[in-house]
Amino acid sequence: MIGYIDKIKEISKGLLEEKKVDMIIGFRKGTVPMINEPCVAKTSADVDNFVWDSSCGINLANYLTGRKEKIGIIAKGCDSRNIVNHIIENKINREQLTIIGVPCKGMVDRSKVKALVSSDIEEVIEKEDTMVISGADFEKTVKTSDVISKNCTICMHRNPVIFDELVAEEVDEQKDVNRYEDIDKIEAMDSGEKWNYFEDMFKSCIRCYACRNACPLCYCPTCFVDESKPQWVGKSQDPIDIWTFHFLRAYHCAGRCTDCGACVRACPMDIDVRLLTKKLEKDCFEMFNWEAGLSIDKRPPLDVFNADDPDGFIK
Amino acid sequence: MQNPYLPYPVRIDKITNATEDKSLKTYKFVFLDPDDERKFAYKAGQFAELSVTGKGEIPIGIASSPTEKGYVTFTVNRVGLVSSYLHTMKEGDIMGLRGPMGNSYPWDALEGKNVVIIGGGFAFTTLRSSIVYMLDPANRSKFKDIHVVYGARSPGMLLYRDELTKWEERDDINMHITVDGTDDPDWKYNVGFVPTITEQKAPAGNDDTYAIICGPPVMIKFTQPVLDKLGYTHDRIIMSLENRMKCGIGMCGRCNIGKEFVCKDGPVFTLSQLNETPREY
Amino acid sequence: MKVIKIDKQDFTSGIEKLADSYRLFGPVKEKESYAFQKLEKGQLPDFNFKNTRLSIKSVINPQSEVMFEYSLDEKQTDHHVMKEAKKDYSPRAIFGVRPCDGKSMVLVKPNFDTLEYKDNYWLDSYNCTTFVGLACNDPCSTCFCTSAGSGPFDETGLDVLLIDMDDYYIAKAVTSKGEALLSAASWDTAGTLDDVEDKKSKAEKKIKTSVSIDNIKDRSINEIHQASFWEDIAFSCINCGTCTYVCPTCWCFDIQDENSGKSGVRMRNWDSCMFPLFTMHGTGHNPRGEKTQRVRQRFMHKLKYYLDKYDQGIQCVGCGRCIQSCPVNIDIRRVCNIMNDYNYE
Repeated sequence: MIGYIDKIKEISKGLLEEKKVDMIIGFRKGTVPMINEPCVAKTSADVDNFVWDSSCGINLANYLTGRKEKIGIIAKGCDSRNIVNHIIENKINREQLTIIGVPCKGMVDRSKVKALVSSDIEEVIEKEDTMVISGADFEKTVKTSDVISKNCTICMHRNPVIFDELVAEEVDEQKDVNRYEDIDKIEAMDSGEKWNYFEDMFKSCIRCYACRNACPLCYCPTCFVDESKPQWVGKSQDPIDIWTFHFLRAYHCAGRCTDCGACVRACPMDIDVRLLTKKLEKDCFEMFNWEAGLSIDKRPPLDVFNADDPDGFIK
Repeated sequence: MQNPYLPYPVRIDKITNATEDKSLKTYKFVFLDPDDERKFAYKAGQFAELSVTGKGEIPIGIASSPTEKGYVTFTVNRVGLVSSYLHTMKEGDIMGLRGPMGNSYPWDALEGKNVVIIGGGFAFTTLRSSIVYMLDPANRSKFKDIHVVYGARSPGMLLYRDELTKWEERDDINMHITVDGTDDPDWKYNVGFVPTITEQKAPAGNDDTYAIICGPPVMIKFTQPVLDKLGYTHDRIIMSLENRMKCGIGMCGRCNIGKEFVCKDGPVFTLSQLNETPREY
Repeated sequence: MKVIKIDKQDFTSGIEKLADSYRLFGPVKEKESYAFQKLEKGQLPDFNFKNTRLSIKSVINPQSEVMFEYSLDEKQTDHHVMKEAKKDYSPRAIFGVRPCDGKSMVLVKPNFDTLEYKDNYWLDSYNCTTFVGLACNDPCSTCFCTSAGSGPFDETGLDVLLIDMDDYYIAKAVTSKGEALLSAASWDTAGTLDDVEDKKSKAEKKIKTSVSIDNIKDRSINEIHQASFWEDIAFSCINCGTCTYVCPTCWCFDIQDENSGKSGVRMRNWDSCMFPLFTMHGTGHNPRGEKTQRVRQRFMHKLKYYLDKYDQGIQCVGCGRCIQSCPVNIDIRRVCNIMNDYNYE
């Protein structure tokens, strides 16, 4: 994956020079290890700052909402699915976009890597399939595939589903993964266990809304938690209000979530928020055979009615 | 240590519709503890937080004058959560009042000067307070000529109409009331936008003349060039700002324009002061 | 002021003694990170931390705090009248305060303690607290305290500074409040600062990044406000509240009434200049409606408005929490240096 960058730069420069786009959304090198920063390139010189490695986890589709320019955008499998969502939901026009597709083998989970060492990580150098992690008093090599995010380990669409340019040959899609292992575990709990599980899970939430704001689906002009007339949710640290926010937000993502993991990646408190959306993603898959963001020609299941829609919930 | 967040309990003594469309109401409050009225000593141009128990607080300019004793009045536009609820409240209801807050119009500097008051629409509340204050027999001699340009969309949208009429009849204040338009054949005052009327009626600017201007952004935008033309320097143009506020005492952080807080360092600024700020209002 | 040597086994017994006269708080491990919490009887502060994820702001100025209580029941006398909520301001000691957090108290205080108004919630909470610092022998790679007016051994804002000397602690009393705590813990063996200087300079050398503000100081607010770099800085921002919530020197708050049946509380909650709602007028007009305006506000407040207003440096202690927690890697060090190095001509 680290070899992609030359091709990314070549395509980007070409698009800018030929004035096919006004800007390109990509990543520049982060100031701390394992997180690169989304940025805009408007000139070839800007493009020289672009990087590509396993620290480009942030979902760039989030930066498209409502933009008017002609935009080039670098897109992993999940980003491309959220671009599809955006097109379906009229948040961007397909014609505005030149999608530079990037086949992906998964993006690194910073906390997984941090947990492997006892002191501060100062530098991470990425090789083809490994990462060399170093700090003041240590150096350690890890296999990149061992430290990618949970959602990446079960990703079924590593290749962009929609693109205008592809920077490399497609990677093999994963087979024989249990996509719903975590959800199965929670489903097997009795209601008391579930209560305790979620109570513990959201205990550290500080309501910074990073999960919501990092999510490409959460573009409502006014989120329900910010409404004042009527005020649906209290503003304090009352757990009921915190849960209400998370549960309702998840439901709002039903049939739309691509399990890109943006919410978890953004959470400063390491809350595994995507467990909620994953359950709904599972339900959509099982009930409607639906995976979000695969085609701009199909309407999402909650947008349409079919006579044979499952109705088992009506008792 | 006095808790600056604790409102004085007040009773709504009287509610009157302030405009024909009923979007503004004037509330007369009486303090439950008469001692609190003494603590609530204010100057024209200050504001207070109206504290509607169970709903929240809103910062509103004080419409009564310090020369009016026994009560305080506020005229409130129905806009958000708190003001909408306040519009459903009744005379006799109990709520809270926190303040007075902010600076006031610069009364020391205005003494001995001509004062030109320019107001538009709903932004006439602290201007009313100022006029009543200046016209008080104890104060009138402290000021030279007083001019008032006040405009609204239509006659029925002018605040304090009865008082405006009475002031029109006096010879110690020059009233220039105007409306954007009217089909009332008996309308005997001006028709035209505030900037136009200001250009026609306001005295020229000089060292002895201050303009106080309050109104919607569009009115201010077009009145400022008029004042420039009339020769008002920016340190003689006084404005009162509004920003979203919560604490009202410069602590909660949201109402700043640069390093100044509208709630504590303002709401009254001269235009020269504002020119030095990023003007985020 | 006293310098005391505390053997590590005496540390435990001292903490036990202090529990009689202080409410004790300290860093506690929660899953993979550390948070300041009330220590239960017999519980020790866990000093195996680099820094806590949230600063001591979470203790002094908690995220949600009840200010008043009221009744909406018209059958009650005093209905609709605000009543002060009961608070516990008995003596409290916070252990394990990193010097950056200690310094943050000094930066935040002038906001709540002004000539005209005193914020009793913040001040009562602050005044009842004895801050027991823990010097950083081993700062993080994101720390830049030494160029932000603090340092890994900075005593500013602390009452006691503990220095971990491997086999024992050196406790340096900084204030009489600190001396009182040391006596209450029966820590009374005289120590020396002889070996401390060496530890201190070693720690300072480990801090490799810095910010400069000389040029920011000399430029006018409007010059910096109108500079051309803000769009680029703000592009990646998602306008969450993370940076402001993890920041020890961000103090902004919201006030809300929360009702439950016929009674309720007026409370305050942390708020953030990153949220559009923070400044939105009732009419819908918003002076900082655009993302770039909000990002600019945060950095201008910390690095320019505060600097100009209080003349005691920037409103940042260099703890690096916002750098570690920002979901999109907006780095205050980079922003500060862009603001400082920009060619304003």
